[in-house]
Amino acid sequence: MNIFDILGPVMVGPSSSHTAGAVRIGLITKKLLGSVPVKADITLSGSFAATSVGHGTDKALVAGLLGMDTDNIRIPESFQLAGEQKMEFTFSKMNIRDAHPNTALLKVEAASGRTVEVQASSLGGGRIMINKLDGIQINVTGERPALIVHNLDQPGHVAEVTSLMAHKSINIATMNVYRDKRGGYAVMVLETDQNIPDSAVEWLKRVEGIIKVTRLNIGDE
Amino acid sequence: MAYNSLKEIVDYCDKKGVSFFQAVLEDDMDERKVTEKESMDQMYAMWDAMLLASATYDGGLKSASGLTGGQGAAMEQYRKAGKTLCGDFISQVVAQALEMGESNACMKRIVAAPTAGSCGVLPAVLIPYYRMYQEDTADIHQAMIKSLYVAAGIGQVIAARAFIAGAAGGCQAEIGAASSMAAGALVSLKGGDNQQICHASAIAMKSLLGLVCDPVAGLVEVPCVKRNVTGAVNALTAADMALAGITSAIPADQVFDAMREVGEKMHLSLKETGEGGLAATSEGIRITKSLIK
Repeated sequence: MNIFDILGPVMVGPSSSHTAGAVRIGLITKKLLGSVPVKADITLSGSFAATSVGHGTDKALVAGLLGMDTDNIRIPESFQLAGEQKMEFTFSKMNIRDAHPNTALLKVEAASGRTVEVQASSLGGGRIMINKLDGIQINVTGERPALIVHNLDQPGHVAEVTSLMAHKSINIATMNVYRDKRGGYAVMVLETDQNIPDSAVEWLKRVEGIIKVTRLNIGDE
Repeated sequence: MAYNSLKEIVDYCDKKGVSFFQAVLEDDMDERKVTEKESMDQMYAMWDAMLLASATYDGGLKSASGLTGGQGAAMEQYRKAGKTLCGDFISQVVAQALEMGESNACMKRIVAAPTAGSCGVLPAVLIPYYRMYQEDTADIHQAMIKSLYVAAGIGQVIAARAFIAGAAGGCQAEIGAASSMAAGALVSLKGGDNQQICHASAIAMKSLLGLVCDPVAGLVEVPCVKRNVTGAVNALTAADMALAGITSAIPADQVFDAMREVGEKMHLSLKETGEGGLAATSEGIRITKSLIK
């Protein structure tokens, strides 16, 4: 731990896990969607469900979806700001099986019609983990840029993605591939050391056999 | 490489002929590959955020649960009447600790130091000190920032040897750690030597060993807000004892090891689960039920 993990972060209270972590989950979901959603259905599980109002977990998640970071003093007003920005949201509670105690499931939709479903947990100290994206099990911390590609399970797609990364001088830190069945749907999850430019995302979207491209960049975009 | 013991920090100071604060600063520059200015600017931002959080306290706010709000304002009003038992300075410390803990509970912006729940301890001792000495100390902000490095260095060692989270080691790992950090910071502000810094941090931690994390309804409010007062006042008495030449029989590093052992042996119901201690009293349970609607 460096000294600013000890003194810091500067954050809106009351809890690093239930407030700051929740803001991060919302913010990363917004980044994965690519814009502020017009509609968000949020399910709270475990301790998030039990103490959400007292910790402001609900307001924190909505604040993150609106693009606020953990130190934004307008987090407590997020419900009202969502109304002003025409973002509809609902909350429900459910126990998600085998999930970390502090877990939220966010189904969000953009004005373009694009949707993303994110299941993420808050691990403490403001750190989070994205456990599922669109129903597929992944492990993404959101501390590094990430690229998630859904494609048909056919030869060549991994090579297309990795050679594009090489072409853009992006170093791959971790990479995992998954599929439901042979010849069915496949997903690859890459964590990278550099942000992934729009041009790379746009190029991938046009490749035949690639169904969906989701990106997470770090810092101000 | 971050320090694993206060002894390592003191040895480094002796070897290089630098102060405690510089030892921590140099380690940060090495660890994060930043310049002295970048590191100190970031620490200044933390100090500035503490001052801003203090200046924007609102005694009229209530937390979402309704359990917290207005206590800092009440203490400040009582202090201004001039009839406190503790005297003016300590009463300022009490008020400041309450204010910061309340601001956190009311979703205002604070500096986790080391955690959000213990965010009141360091500002509670540092801000009244700053107010008292700002007239006659040249570059008081620089002095405050140096003391924050001392606090951070102590906190880093506590994190390395034990933990700084209630869920891991109980309240001793949050308020205890904050108090130990604040005691060291105060000694450095008053010009104490490195041994006195270590003794102060040891004395402060020893006095809070075993403190459990038992928040009512799992919220960072009861008893967290008022325990910030305990941590702050405990830091002041520990610092004064160390400055008087009183030593801790057990060295600080071993006290931190004991904190870890106590934390590991602590029952799970007493580690931020909201299931034991004050949370499990009949009134605690009644409050919890009233909040679930």
